[in-house]
Amino acid sequence: MPRLERRPTPSRLWTAATPVLAVIATMFAGGLLFAALGKDPVEAIRTIFWDPLFGEFASYSRPQLLVKAGPLILIAIGLSLGFKAQVWNIGAEGQYIMGALAGAATGLAFYPGDSPLLFPAMVVIGALGGGLWGLIPAVLKLRFGSSEILVSLMLVYVAQHILSAAAFGMLKNPEGRGFPGSRNFQQFPAAFNGELIAGTGMHWGVVAALGSVIAAHVLLSRHILGFHIRVAGEAPRAARFAGVSPALLTSVCLGISGALAGLAGLFEVTGPAGQISTDFASGYGFTAIIVAFLGRLHPLGILLAGLLMALTYIGGELAQLTLNLPSAAIQAFQGMLLFFLLAFDVLSNFRIRLARRARA
Amino acid sequence: MIGSIDPLLLIASLMVASTPILLAAIGELVVEKAGVLNLGVEGMMIVGAIAGFAAAVESGSPLVGFVGAALAGAALSLIFAVLTQVLLSNQVATGLALTLFGIGFSALIGQGYAGRRPPPTPKLDFGPLSDIPVLGPVLLRHDPVVYVSILIVAAVWVFLKYTRAGLVLRAVGESHDAAHALGYKVVRLRVLAIAFGGACAGLGGAYLSLVRVPQWTEGMTAGAGWIALAIVVFASWRPWRVLAGAYLFGGVTVLQLNLQAAGVAIPVQYLSMAPYVITIIVLVIISADRRRAAQNAPASLGRVFHASS
Amino acid sequence: MQRRTLLTSTAAALVAVSLAGPALAQEPLKVGFIYVGPIGDLGWSYQHDQGRLAVEKEFGDKVETVYLESVPEGADAERALTQMAMQGADLIFTTSFGYMDATINVAARFPDVKFEHATGYKRAGNVATYNARFYEGRAVMGTIAGRMTRSNKIGYIGSFPIPEVIQGINSTFIHARKVNPDVEISVVWAYTWFDPAKEADAARALIEQGVDVILAHTDSTAPLAEAAKTPGVIGFGQASDMLDFAPSPRVSSIIDNWGPYYIERVQAVLDGTWTSTDTWAGIGEGAVVIGEITDAVPAEVKAEAEALAAAIADKSYHPFTGPLNRQDGTPWLAEGEVADDATLAGMNFYVEGIKGDIPQ
Repeated sequence: MPRLERRPTPSRLWTAATPVLAVIATMFAGGLLFAALGKDPVEAIRTIFWDPLFGEFASYSRPQLLVKAGPLILIAIGLSLGFKAQVWNIGAEGQYIMGALAGAATGLAFYPGDSPLLFPAMVVIGALGGGLWGLIPAVLKLRFGSSEILVSLMLVYVAQHILSAAAFGMLKNPEGRGFPGSRNFQQFPAAFNGELIAGTGMHWGVVAALGSVIAAHVLLSRHILGFHIRVAGEAPRAARFAGVSPALLTSVCLGISGALAGLAGLFEVTGPAGQISTDFASGYGFTAIIVAFLGRLHPLGILLAGLLMALTYIGGELAQLTLNLPSAAIQAFQGMLLFFLLAFDVLSNFRIRLARRARA
Repeated sequence: MIGSIDPLLLIASLMVASTPILLAAIGELVVEKAGVLNLGVEGMMIVGAIAGFAAAVESGSPLVGFVGAALAGAALSLIFAVLTQVLLSNQVATGLALTLFGIGFSALIGQGYAGRRPPPTPKLDFGPLSDIPVLGPVLLRHDPVVYVSILIVAAVWVFLKYTRAGLVLRAVGESHDAAHALGYKVVRLRVLAIAFGGACAGLGGAYLSLVRVPQWTEGMTAGAGWIALAIVVFASWRPWRVLAGAYLFGGVTVLQLNLQAAGVAIPVQYLSMAPYVITIIVLVIISADRRRAAQNAPASLGRVFHASS
Repeated sequence: MQRRTLLTSTAAALVAVSLAGPALAQEPLKVGFIYVGPIGDLGWSYQHDQGRLAVEKEFGDKVETVYLESVPEGADAERALTQMAMQGADLIFTTSFGYMDATINVAARFPDVKFEHATGYKRAGNVATYNARFYEGRAVMGTIAGRMTRSNKIGYIGSFPIPEVIQGINSTFIHARKVNPDVEISVVWAYTWFDPAKEADAARALIEQGVDVILAHTDSTAPLAEAAKTPGVIGFGQASDMLDFAPSPRVSSIIDNWGPYYIERVQAVLDGTWTSTDTWAGIGEGAVVIGEITDAVPAEVKAEAEALAAAIADKSYHPFTGPLNRQDGTPWLAEGEVADDATLAGMNFYVEGIKGDIPQ
C-alpha cells in the first residue's frame, strides 16, 4: 500500500522537476485529446508550446507573452503573500475591477487634461481602490470573525455589478453613440499606459509585475514582515511568541494583495484593454489564484507560471488559427495542464513510500 | 402597476427558476460540511447539463438524462476528489481548474447537440388537487425535479441532524485531525461527500438543459454555479436556509424581470447585486455570534488533511 | 453579369501573374473571421460562421478561411487580430461592436490587409464597416404581432439599451400600432446577449403579464421554448431561423444572413476593387431574411406581412416614415419624412405611445 510521508522541508529537486514532469504529462494527455479530434497531436503541441516562443512570428508573440502574463503575475504575487500566511483572498477579481474603476474614473474626471501628474495620480488611486476593496474582508474578519474566503468571493459579484452599472452609466462615453463603455484611453494621452519601448510589449503594468517579483523576493528573504508571513503560515503558534500580530498581518496581506490587484486592473484598463466595458473583467483575478499555486507561492515560480499560462493562451490562439482547433479544446487542455501541475506538486512536499520496510 | 403581478404565479415561477441553483447549492453544502471547499460547481453543472442532455436525447427518456447527469457530475468531481484528498492539492486552485476544464470539455462533447430538442419532461399530475386555490398553482403544478430537489433538501437535513453518518461527516468538517484520531475514515468520507456534491450539481445543470431552457448551448449555465456557492454561505450551512436562499436569489431575478414587464422602472444592476450584499451581511451576523457560528461553519473548511501519524 | 465578373477576375489574375509570377496567382485569398462567442451559440456568432461557410462554398480553392471564436473584447482582440494578420490573412471580418478600436489599431499596422468591422462607426483606408437593418425585419414582425395578439399586449426582451435594440423596439411598436391601435408593448431588459435561463425567465414574466406575442433581441431559443409551454403564445426566431419551434410558437423569424455581403466583399478583393465603405444592408440586399411565415398565421395577415417586406425590399417604403413623434410628444418626423441613418444609428429615444423609460 503506497503511502505519503511528509518531507521535513520541500524537496528542491522535486520542486523544480515537477512542473516539467507535469507539462510533459499534459503534452501526452493533450496529444490524445487532439488526436481524438482528428488533429495531428505533435503539430498541435508544437504550435501551442513552441511557435509562440520560436516560431515564424515569435518577434511579435514573445512580447505579447509579457502583456498577457503581466497582470497575472502582479496579482498572483500579492495573493501569494497572503496564502503563505494562511490568509485566503480569493476575491482578487473584484479588487482588480475596483482598482480599474477607481483609477479610470479619476482619469476620466479630468478629460481631456494633459497634466503629467494625472497618470501617477490614477496609479495611486487605482492601488487604493483595490486595496480598500481588499480591506473590507480584512475588517470584517477582524471585527466579526467572518471568513475572508467567502466575503472576498461575494465582493467579486458586487464589483462585477458595479462595473456593469459604470459602463452603462457614470463612465459611459458621451461621444460613444449610445453604446456602453467608457472613452478609450488611447485617445487620452495623459492617462494612456502605452508601450514604453515600441515593439517590446513593456508597459508600466509589466514593469510593475517584474518589480513586484523582485520586491516579494526581497521581502520574503530579508524583511521582518516576510519573516512574519512565513512563520504565521508554517507555525501559527510559534508566530504568537515571535510577536506577530495576526490582526495586522491579515490586514497587511489583504491590503497588499488588493492593492496589487487594483494596480493590475488600472494598468490593464489604461493600456491593453483601453476602456471600461462590460467585458473588461475577463477572469484575471481567478486565473491568478491558479498561477500563484502553480508557482508554489514562490516569486520566481509565479513569474514562470504566469508566463506558462500566457503561453497556453497565445499558443492556443495560434492552434485555433492554423489547425482549426476549437477554442473549447484549448480550454479543456488548459484545465488538464492545471490538473497535472497540481497533482505532481505532491512529490515536492511528500515522499511516496511503498511499504513500511522501505524506511531506511 | 405592481398590482398586476400575480403573486401566486410569481412564486411558482421562482420555484422553477431556482431549482438548478438549489440543487447545486445543497450538494455543495454537504461538501462544505465535510470541510471541503469545491469552487468547481460551475464546471460540474455544465458537464451535467450536456451529459444529461445527450443521455436524454439518445435514449428518448428524461429520466435517463437526469441519471446520466448525476453520474457525469459525480465523475467529474472525482477528479477534484483525487487531486485534493489523495494528492493533497490546494482546494481553491483545483476547484477553479475544474471549472475551466468543465466549460471546455462540455463544449467539446456538446458539438453535435446544439439546436436539438430534448424529450419533454412531463409535469406530475395531481389531478383535481392542482386546482385547489393558492396551494394548487404554487405547489402542485410542477415537474418531478422540483419536488425531488425539495426532497433532497429534506434528506440532507435529516442526514446531518439525525443520523450517525451525518454526525461523523460534521465531525470531519469540524476537525479532521480529531475525527481521524477517533478512527473515522476522513478521506473516504470526504470523497463520498464530494461525489454527492458533483451529482447534485450535475442534476442542477441537467434541469437547465432539459426543463428550464430546454436546449443545449455552450456556456449555458452562465454563472449559476457561482451563485450556488454564494447561497451556501448565505444559508450559513443549514439545509432549509439553502432552500430559502435559493428561492431568494432566484426570486430577485424573477422579481426584477416581472417588475420590468409590469412597467416599473428599477435600477437593474443595483437590485442584482443586492443578494450578494445581503449574503455578506448575513455572514457577518452569524460569525459575530460566536457560539452559533461554531455550530454551523465547518472549522476545517478548505484545509488540507494529511494523516501524518 | 456573370460573364463580366469572370472576365474581370481573369483579367485581374492575368495582371497578377504578369506582375508577381505564377506562384502568387495560385495562392488562395486568406479570409479571417473573429467571433465574440462560440460558433455553437446558434445565434450571432453562429450566423457569422454560416456566412464564412457560404464564402468557402462560393469560392472553393480560391479562398482559405480561418477563424477565432470566443475572443474577448479588449486586449485579447487586438492580439488575436494581429496574429491573424501576421498569419497572412488578406481580409479580416471582426464581428462584434467591441472590436472597434482594436480593428482600427491593428489596421494601422497592416496597411495591406483589409478589415471589415461589423456594427461599428470608425473607418479607415483599409477598414470598412457593415451592419444590417434589423429594424426592417422588426417592422414585418410588428405587423404580424399587432394582427395576431388577442390580449393586445406584446412583449420585447431587450439585451442592452443600445441603438440597435431601441430601433427594433420602435419599429416593432410602430407597425403593430399601425394595424392594431389598441396594442401595448412591454419591454424587459435582460442585460445579457446570451443567458438562456434568464431569457426564459424574462419570457415567463411577460407571459404572466398577459403578453401573448414575444419578440426577443437576445440570441437563444429559450424565449420560444418558454412560449411553447403556454398555448396561444407566439414568438419569432431571432438571428437564426429556429425552425425547430415551427409552426407555432415560432410563426416567422428574422435571420441574420451575412453570406451575400461576405461573398460580395471577397469578390471585390479578388477583383482588386475593394474600397473602404459603410454598408447598412437590409431586406432588399438579402442581409436580413424573413423566415417562412407558418400556417399558424392567417393567410391575409401573411399576405400583408409579405407585402410590407416586399415594399421595404424595393425601397418604396421606409419603416421610419413620418408622421412620428418622440415619446414625450415632440415631433420627430413630419408627414412623409424619412428618418436619416445618423439619427437611427444613435437612436436613444422611444417613439410616442411606448410606455416606460429607456434605462440610463
